[in-house]
Amino acid sequence: MEKIQEYIQKLAPKAQFEEGGQYPTAIVESGDLRKVAAGLKEKGFDYLMCLTGMDYKDSFGVIYHISSSKEKKTVIVLKVNTTEREEPVIPTVSDIWEIANYYEREAYDFYGIIFAGNPDMRRLFLREDWVGYPFRKDFVADDSINPIPTKVPKPDDYESVPYYTIDKDGKLVKKVKSLFENKDCIVNIGPQHPSTHGVLHLRTKLEGEIIKKIDPQFGYIHRGIEKMCESMTYPQMLYLTERLDYLCGTMNRHGLCLCIEKAAGIEVPARAQYIRTIFDELTRIASHLIGWACMCNDMGSITAFIYGMRDREKIMDIYEETAGGRLMINYYVVGGVAQDIHPNFVNRVKEFIPYMRKMIEEYHTLFTHNPIAKGRMTDSGFLTKEQAVALGVTGPSGRASGWSCDVRKIEPYAAYDKVKFDEVLHQGGGTFDRYMLRLEEIEQSLRIIEQLIDNIPEGDFRAKVPAIIKLPAGEYYQRVENARGDFSVFIKSTGDKNPYRVKFRSPCLSLVTALDPMCRDQKIADLIMISGSLDYVIPCIDR
Amino acid sequence: MLELDKLVELIQTFLSDSIGIDWLVKLIEYVLIGVGFLALYAVLALILILLERKICAYFQCRLGPTRVGPWGLLQPIADMVKILLKEIIHIDKTDKILFKVAPFIVIMGSFCTFGALQFGKGICGIDFNVGLFYMIAISSLGVVGILLAGWASNNKYTLIGAMRSGAQLVSYELSAGIALLTMVVLSGSLQLSDIIEGQAKAWYIFQAPIPALIAFVIYLIAGHAETNRGPFDLPEAESELTAGYHTEYSGIQFGFFYLAEYLNMFIIAGIATMVFLGGYQPFQINAEWAEGFNEVMAYIPTWAWFFGKVFGLILLSLWVRWTFPRLRIDQLLKLEWKILMPISLLNLLLMTVWVLIFE
Amino acid sequence: MEVKDIKIKSMKTEDFKDNEYLEKYIEELQKEGLNIVTEKLDDLINWGRSNSVWPFTFATSCCGIEFMCVAAARHDFARFGWEVTRNSPRQADVIFVSGTITYKMAPVLKRLYDQMAEPKYVIAVGGCSISGGPFKESYHVVNGVDKIIPVDVYVPGCPPRPEAMLYGMMQLQRKIKLENFFKLPKRPNISNGQTEEGGTK
Repeated sequence: MEKIQEYIQKLAPKAQFEEGGQYPTAIVESGDLRKVAAGLKEKGFDYLMCLTGMDYKDSFGVIYHISSSKEKKTVIVLKVNTTEREEPVIPTVSDIWEIANYYEREAYDFYGIIFAGNPDMRRLFLREDWVGYPFRKDFVADDSINPIPTKVPKPDDYESVPYYTIDKDGKLVKKVKSLFENKDCIVNIGPQHPSTHGVLHLRTKLEGEIIKKIDPQFGYIHRGIEKMCESMTYPQMLYLTERLDYLCGTMNRHGLCLCIEKAAGIEVPARAQYIRTIFDELTRIASHLIGWACMCNDMGSITAFIYGMRDREKIMDIYEETAGGRLMINYYVVGGVAQDIHPNFVNRVKEFIPYMRKMIEEYHTLFTHNPIAKGRMTDSGFLTKEQAVALGVTGPSGRASGWSCDVRKIEPYAAYDKVKFDEVLHQGGGTFDRYMLRLEEIEQSLRIIEQLIDNIPEGDFRAKVPAIIKLPAGEYYQRVENARGDFSVFIKSTGDKNPYRVKFRSPCLSLVTALDPMCRDQKIADLIMISGSLDYVIPCIDR
Repeated sequence: MLELDKLVELIQTFLSDSIGIDWLVKLIEYVLIGVGFLALYAVLALILILLERKICAYFQCRLGPTRVGPWGLLQPIADMVKILLKEIIHIDKTDKILFKVAPFIVIMGSFCTFGALQFGKGICGIDFNVGLFYMIAISSLGVVGILLAGWASNNKYTLIGAMRSGAQLVSYELSAGIALLTMVVLSGSLQLSDIIEGQAKAWYIFQAPIPALIAFVIYLIAGHAETNRGPFDLPEAESELTAGYHTEYSGIQFGFFYLAEYLNMFIIAGIATMVFLGGYQPFQINAEWAEGFNEVMAYIPTWAWFFGKVFGLILLSLWVRWTFPRLRIDQLLKLEWKILMPISLLNLLLMTVWVLIFE
Repeated sequence: MEVKDIKIKSMKTEDFKDNEYLEKYIEELQKEGLNIVTEKLDDLINWGRSNSVWPFTFATSCCGIEFMCVAAARHDFARFGWEVTRNSPRQADVIFVSGTITYKMAPVLKRLYDQMAEPKYVIAVGGCSISGGPFKESYHVVNGVDKIIPVDVYVPGCPPRPEAMLYGMMQLQRKIKLENFFKLPKRPNISNGQTEEGGTK
């Protein structure tokens, strides 16, 4: 740690260091940012985990959470501030970490922070005609300023891309370029399309059947969850996390619970930790089943889709008995779980494990070994490890490219340090690797459940928690592994009962940005299949 | 049982007695036959739709329609009532005439082929000396309709669907044609009734087991591809192109595409039955000990044999459709041009040699 | 299952069991006797329309997953003849607005609705599309999809259970049976402050 601090000090003599935080934190001046960032990248910090825009009321800032694909446990936090409120400018790092391009667009969309040098400064979520920046503390939501739009934007609105550079005199210059040429054949896939897995809008440039370029448009389901959280108490926030990525609701909720518990110093009873782990893994299986089913459906095999949904219902039954809900079970609370497990729970889970194993065999006979399916999957949609790291593609998709990025192994939480399981890794990075990896992960999840189900310790299922939870002032960051990758929660608290700023790192944004490099020169049918194999959930991106 | 000959004779005598003008009688008869076929066409479509929905449901551990009428039997009728009364949308910026003509071309292609099927001994609309050739020719009319529909809709999805359909049908038509040609070599006739009569003793698939079986399998694959149904449903690839070439059609115009799709399945199964499985000929064993068996088989009416075989083949096609994922366009063309086409050409040669040696 | 005391301010407990009020309404309307030909034809048309309602595959968020469950083996809406999901709005009869509708999505939904052919129906599924649901306070969420398009049936829940969706569909079928094909202007006004609600808890 000391070494890195020295290294940053050498790069930027004016850098200050914060003590007592969760991760080593450096505050650099915006002039030094690019130097420090490039230096860190050279040192092996190639994974930009999270980029958070901030409004400190008197100034704007950006917080970078940076990690490394080799030293996985190290996380460094960089902070940059600017006191300019009218036209805040911060230099871009999008040429250093590729994914920063999209993260910076998000920060621009929310706070109006201009990233000089970023080649694409369109808004990421909101429409171009939206007035104001919603996450600024002085933003007032008003339907008379931003009424419900009645017209769909014209193609030009999507294609003219503004970008900013700083000229020799240090002045900000705005330029506009066009994304596509006039003669290009652009097909809109989405926002309403049967297999974009939500309301994703892909503007795709085609030559015949062959894809030449994809420009993803987000924000069709942007609900401003992070902004809403700022006016909510901590237990209230929990209900929104499940609606981020509804397929791994419990895991998202787990992330927020852990973050709050860590900040408030609440000790979670062992029983609750075991139960949470089992539920997380059940959710992972359910989510992978839907992922598998939808991918098969995208490839035209509807029977496989129905089979996947059929087996998922078994998990829904288990949920229902204990928690009462199906899709969103609202089961985890701060300090444990809402109620104890149902007496039948253990037996049902034990019945489910062998059943699921048998069904995976059936999936292999039905679909994996099918020559058409195999032929389509093996030769398309390759993502190298370098690309995966640069774009922050974590989770099953990242592991299929050979990047070991399982948070359950890196920063074990709940009962994951008490069980044995393998982090499934594939080296190919193709569609078939991602497909197989999901099915293999289901087996690992079954293995985890098998180890835990008989050993749930007796005791409380919920710790005593104060009626009003107030987190001590500070910044808290918690990573969990959900079914799509590294889901992180960032909370900045000022000691109040509401958070000052909440940020959820969505693993799905990286997955969608990876579509463009993966699908170039492939066919439309491949695009649909690859997006199925990436298994992203759009509401998680749009938040 | 169904003595159609006598019925036809009755109508003939009745009409000529009461009217007496020769051309008028013929006209009325033609119209009657047309109406009869139209009714059969519609009823078969309804049956096929219900059949598909039920069978697909059983493949997928579901129940399928159960609520409308007993066991859901009236489901397709409800669909028909609905679709007949649904609004037909007139879309701006389309090629208006082609847009309206396209569904008619598709349904015409399939209906004209339907008329030439031999449903039983003597039950057919038309039977002439180039019957098989006529069927192959007229059934490819549908692709013109699909291309027009895709082009006239002025929509990129429909256009992609139409181009896929064009590529697919043009290629698969070849091996389907050659597979049928292989059987023509064996039968020595293009007239459908001749072809079927030639199978009275044994079906062609048993007469020349090796080349006929190969041709049969090739024809099933190619024919299945011609019907645009999964795994060859690229032109309407639901998950890729929303609804493919008929994305912009609504109401009864869409109903025409829908009907034609199901009836094409029937027609392909019908041609396969007539050419390979003996059409309406009963199953016969060429041995002395099996005389009793043969007689029992011959007692079953010919139309029952035809429909039984056809529905058997349809079941096979449904099974394939609901099991396999969709092919990609390059896989599709590779399958045709690199595998099916050479095999069917070689098979044609094999059949010629077979015929020269054995007959 | 028996429904016992459920405390909802605007709805009495008995109302949960009252599914036939639409049928009773028809009976009342037809008391005076009507033209036998058009009536019978109307019945036939309504029978056809109500039993063949093809849904449009439209989902923006969570409720879409429950919609998939309705289509899958356990709940299987094919029993009602609803399984012919169309991906093209031109061919669909009903649109399930399952999920949150945001400001950016609103014009798209409106366009999709306009593209559908008559007769068309809308079912608002889940809290978000009924009133904005948990995101009511948000700056980017349309508080109720009925601000953009007319809604026939509301199915509450977050997300509603598949059974609730099936119930909502059946309510739509009942509602379609009230239609009057030959005398369109005199279509009975059934809204009078009362809405059908599917799903109880």
